[in-house]
Amino acid sequence: MSDFLHRLISNPHDFLPIGEWVNQFIHFLLDHNGGAFDAFGRAVDLFAESIEVALLSLPPWLIMGFFIGLGVWRLGWRFAGFVLAAFALIFGTGFWPQTVSTLALTLSATLISLMIGIPTGIWCARNKRVNTLVRPVLDFMQTMPAFVYLIPAAMFFGLGRVPGILATVVFAVPPAVRLTSLGIRQVNKEQVEAGHAFGCTSTQLLFKVQLPIALPAIMAGVNQTIMMALSMVIIASMVGAGGLGNDVLSSIQRLDVGLGFESGLAVVLLAIILDRLTESFGRGQAARQG
Amino acid sequence: MQSGKIVVENLYKVFGDKPQDAMRLLKAGESKETVFAKTGQVVGVNNVSFSVDEGEIFVLMGLSGSGKSSLIRLINRLMDPTDGRILLDGQDITRLSQPELVALRRRDMSMVFQSFALMPHRSVLENAAFGLEIAGVGRKERETRAMKVLEQVGLAPFARKSPHELSGGMQQRVGLVRALAVNPSLMLMDEAFSALDPLKRAEMQDILLDLQRGQSRTIFFVSHDLEEALRIGTRIAIMEGGRLVQVGTPQEIIENPADDYVREFFKSVDTSRYLQAKDLIDPSAAGLVVNGYPANHAELDKHSWVACVSKDHKLLGLLGRDELRSEGCVPSERCVPVSPVAPASCLPDVLQRLLGQSEPLPVADGEGRYLGVITATSVLSKLSAHRLQSAH
Ligand SMILES: Nc1ncnc2c1ncn2[C@@H]1O[C@H](COP(=O)(O)OP(=O)(O)OP(=O)(O)O)[C@@H](O)[C@H]1O
Ligand SMILES: [Mg+2]
Repeated sequence: MSDFLHRLISNPHDFLPIGEWVNQFIHFLLDHNGGAFDAFGRAVDLFAESIEVALLSLPPWLIMGFFIGLGVWRLGWRFAGFVLAAFALIFGTGFWPQTVSTLALTLSATLISLMIGIPTGIWCARNKRVNTLVRPVLDFMQTMPAFVYLIPAAMFFGLGRVPGILATVVFAVPPAVRLTSLGIRQVNKEQVEAGHAFGCTSTQLLFKVQLPIALPAIMAGVNQTIMMALSMVIIASMVGAGGLGNDVLSSIQRLDVGLGFESGLAVVLLAIILDRLTESFGRGQAARQG
Repeated sequence: MQSGKIVVENLYKVFGDKPQDAMRLLKAGESKETVFAKTGQVVGVNNVSFSVDEGEIFVLMGLSGSGKSSLIRLINRLMDPTDGRILLDGQDITRLSQPELVALRRRDMSMVFQSFALMPHRSVLENAAFGLEIAGVGRKERETRAMKVLEQVGLAPFARKSPHELSGGMQQRVGLVRALAVNPSLMLMDEAFSALDPLKRAEMQDILLDLQRGQSRTIFFVSHDLEEALRIGTRIAIMEGGRLVQVGTPQEIIENPADDYVREFFKSVDTSRYLQAKDLIDPSAAGLVVNGYPANHAELDKHSWVACVSKDHKLLGLLGRDELRSEGCVPSERCVPVSPVAPASCLPDVLQRLLGQSEPLPVADGEGRYLGVITATSVLSKLSAHRLQSAH
């Protein structure tokens, strides 16, 4: 207490040492739960690494073919042509391996985010109290500058893929939670009543009425989660997550505008492809629900 | 204990966080408005008791906010009552546990909604089979059963379509099929046809009446459209501000509206269309000759016609006053045989008969027993009485 008073008197413009408390808290966690963090980190690393290794082991034409096929199916030949051109450009500028790494990072971060975000969103939609608790947390997670997560993440998990993915997850979870919960709460009252009136249990109501009707909103959440994950995995190269972010980062460090443009273009093209494709899934649903 | 498919006893529903405060005032006889002013609690249903017989179409009417939707939702417990009992086939459903309730809803009741409430992600057939799917019926069987009902309403060709590809009337037919496919003994319909235009609405009413023919299914139908209520209702109940004001057959309510609120409903409706032959009988229009002997000699002179009936009151025919000899016995051969109308014949039929003959029109029940005669004068006086009542 006297410590606090002393500080208040000596430094009246910064007498609340919140930053220091956070530091102490982080160190406390590290000192006492280091083992748990290590185990958790290894699990995440294994998950992400298997995805990355798997994607990298595939021949480029297979991955390209997959996306072009998706493009034809969801959006038609014109978009498929765009995908082909985009991949040719990335391949030609020599960024293919990094792009696949970034894709893998985005994929693992998105999957983890959805595994957390969708159930949380469902819980929020069904429980008012949980909702009032979770909402400010989401606001905090989304508005806190993204870099700030990188530091504690690196302290807990060292440098590399894991802190990058986990910082990304923190950043990308909120839209999944929000849109899942919004979608479920927007289900027409009479549709929910119809579920009840025909004898749905609460699980049946969720899986046969609420989730299917909320699917367009959930897909919009998935789309946003992917986009946020992609933007964050680039930033996460600062803690050594790898992928295209590395090239962007070194272009900044070396003031190499050319390298920055090429790697940045690869990011943009990947973003457009992922955005249009995931958006098309939500739209197909929404049209049916017209 | 009262019997019936549904028996509702002293049912209350209060919306708000202090229902007990509201209950105390309600039980002391305060109105919905007073309760809201004093406690801020909204009264949905206020001390309602009635019973619905098996197989009838019971129509619940009332202005917006009178508590119709609340009442229908209490019956399948989409809402829990604040107080009172609801007996379904003698079982008090207000005491059921959640699993018992789920079982009851799957087995005994279904519902049709105003906004159709179809599932957009399911095809017409999957929507129709929804109730059966929830109840755990296998795909093959439930689709066969749903398909059969779709055929009955002429929707079989649309089975694989998505609901949004159908018109409103067709969508509600899907809603009706979904409710019928589970073969419920009780079907609840909350303003099921209100969202449809008048033509489609009449069509749906016909479909409903058609499907109901020969069935013992009970239908509880909420409506704010009196024409609809009169058309399909076996009995009609009228609600105002959470209370039940009157319950009765359409004729009973038209003939004796309980109060101004009920009368108000009939203002916009030409109730004369719902008059039946038995409402038009003029008891003083014809004298009576039973088994050849005038029932009342003094009365006979006042009438220009006499109805001749047998000893057991079967109608033999009519006789002009002039033909009657004052000394007594009337030989039955001299009566003019006039075929009677049934008591439930509607006004247009009665008018048509009246116009085609010079004699008054006798009314006889199913066994041929004489009930009275209708004359042009009696019809006119009934009609003008109805006009006056509507203008009231
Ligand atoms: N969930 C609720 N919470 C609070 N008040 C409610 C709720 N549901 C209904 N009410 C109130 O209860 C009263 C009866 O409403 P209800 O919906 O049963 O009327 P209604 O006769 O079906 O009307 P409408 O013809 O408009 O459908 C109204 O005053 C309404 O505002
Ligand atoms: Mg209503």
